[in-house]
Amino acid sequence: MSATAPKPAPAVEAPAASAGASERRRRAVRLATDSTALIFVALLVLLAIFSALKPGAFATVNNLRNISIAAAPLLVLGVGMTFVIITAGIDLSVGSVLVFSGVIAVKVMTALGNSGWGVVVVGTVAAMLTGLAWGLVNGALIAKARIPALIVTLGTLGAGLGGAQLITGGVNLRGVPRELVTVVGVGRLFGVVPWLVAVALVVTVVGAVALRMTRFGRYTFAIGSNAEAARRVGINVDRHLIKVYALSGMLAGLAGMISLARFTNTTIAGHSTDNLQAIAAVVIGGTSLFGGVGTILGTVVGVFIPAVLQNGFVILRVQPFWQEVAVGVVLIAAVYVDQLKRRARDRL
Amino acid sequence: MADSPILELRGVSKSFGAVQALTRVDFAVRAGEVMALVGDNGAGKSTLIKCIGGIHPADGGEVRFEDRTVTISSPKDSSALGIEIVYQDLALCDNLDIVQNMFLGRERLSSFARLDETAMERAAMQTLASLSVTTVRSVRQTVAGLSGGQRQSVAVAKAVMWNSTVVILDEPTAALGVAQTRQVLDLVQRLGEKGLGVVLISHNLHDVFEVADRICVLRLGQKVAEFDAAATNQQEVVEAITAGKVEQVPGMATEATA
Repeated sequence: MSATAPKPAPAVEAPAASAGASERRRRAVRLATDSTALIFVALLVLLAIFSALKPGAFATVNNLRNISIAAAPLLVLGVGMTFVIITAGIDLSVGSVLVFSGVIAVKVMTALGNSGWGVVVVGTVAAMLTGLAWGLVNGALIAKARIPALIVTLGTLGAGLGGAQLITGGVNLRGVPRELVTVVGVGRLFGVVPWLVAVALVVTVVGAVALRMTRFGRYTFAIGSNAEAARRVGINVDRHLIKVYALSGMLAGLAGMISLARFTNTTIAGHSTDNLQAIAAVVIGGTSLFGGVGTILGTVVGVFIPAVLQNGFVILRVQPFWQEVAVGVVLIAAVYVDQLKRRARDRL
Repeated sequence: MADSPILELRGVSKSFGAVQALTRVDFAVRAGEVMALVGDNGAGKSTLIKCIGGIHPADGGEVRFEDRTVTISSPKDSSALGIEIVYQDLALCDNLDIVQNMFLGRERLSSFARLDETAMERAAMQTLASLSVTTVRSVRQTVAGLSGGQRQSVAVAKAVMWNSTVVILDEPTAALGVAQTRQVLDLVQRLGEKGLGVVLISHNLHDVFEVADRICVLRLGQKVAEFDAAATNQQEVVEAITAGKVEQVPGMATEATA
């Protein structure tokens, strides 16, 4: 077989062009049939409706900024969760890991004098490493001890939150470096994009590239699709799963730092439904709970639909509780669509 | 075709605890030939290929590859030698497309560790074309949408893409209809014509006689007969499968390795 041998340049032209064309066609087909496109249209419709009803209050730069800031930590959690769910796993612990990492970061930063950029950086690293450690524990128990992900992360959800409360005595820790709050928390990049949103965007783009264009992403899909097949071609499935949960944990740590920057304290009680919100966002975005299917772009849309609903209802003076009802309906609809697609596929 | 075997097993044994799964089996396949491996359930066919594939390394005997003695103790060892096994359950990822499946675990990268999709797509198309697999509409189709025969073709193409020298097919036609069986048998024949050593495991003697050059019969973990496909018939092979004399093995061993 000479398939791997480099070909002389002239011979390459034609097949390369047709390969590109087929790739483009594939993308076009995918766009037309994918639930991501569908859900994206739904988001646009929502934006259009709210804009039409309250143009002065909703469709302003300031308001869009507010929506984005509210969505930022969830987006960071959602990126990690997308990887986890594509492996057909689940991570319920992200909210607790977020809180625990925030607590550790505050402890570290306070010990270092709570002032200056150096302290902020060290605090961020501490938060991310703490999250990473929780993720490694999750991953090891799931991949090596073969305990179902639902149970492992339910366990670390409790342990993480309990641990945070043990460390703090149940009282929220205050006292974060001024730089973190005044610059990162409320400041803007180039005076336009809030720093928190910029951080979330970077995470999202890196996550999307990693998922679509690297081996890491490809193996994530392969494991979610058929773990045994992945094992047979020599992929170290256990190690990859541990990495995926470690990624989710590390991003939860980063989200903890974002939360600190925004709220200036550890908000221990404020993240009990973050995990479910992140999972809902990922699933609304078209990622299949059965694994093997999903996109980061979908997750972005899935994060913004609840955020826009929440914001729009407040502006329209609809009781905000309707947001939860609406998100619930969208979530169930999204999973139903996924089921229909799977059924149609299995009939083939 | 009369040259020396590309892969040769001499007196290979394997036991699982007290169960003797293989007893001093001799087995050889030459480049460009289709060697059928037949036998009843539990005869040791699967164990034999798992020894070759490094999943259950042999306890005793010698494995020779291109006239050198080799040790196969893991699947990596066998694929490094160019031995590829297409298992019965194919082990394809339904949600991935044909190219992604064919390159799974051996993706090509371009700059910045990105996957080189164009190069992989081109190589996949070339491989499929070289095997005359023309039934797939697009190499960017997900495997979920393929028929059984197409899946088998993709699995075989995946196996031969890696400069492989020996391809082992485990019951490739077991779940297929008539037309698709035809497709796959043609494919098996083409593999032989391309100069690969092909081992075909099958229960279906009709299929075996269509494509095999030689037929090796296992019974109760021992080799009981080896036939030239042109010089035997189904009845003879069935007899060997069901009632082959197992104590003949030592005598046949010297004959086969001569």
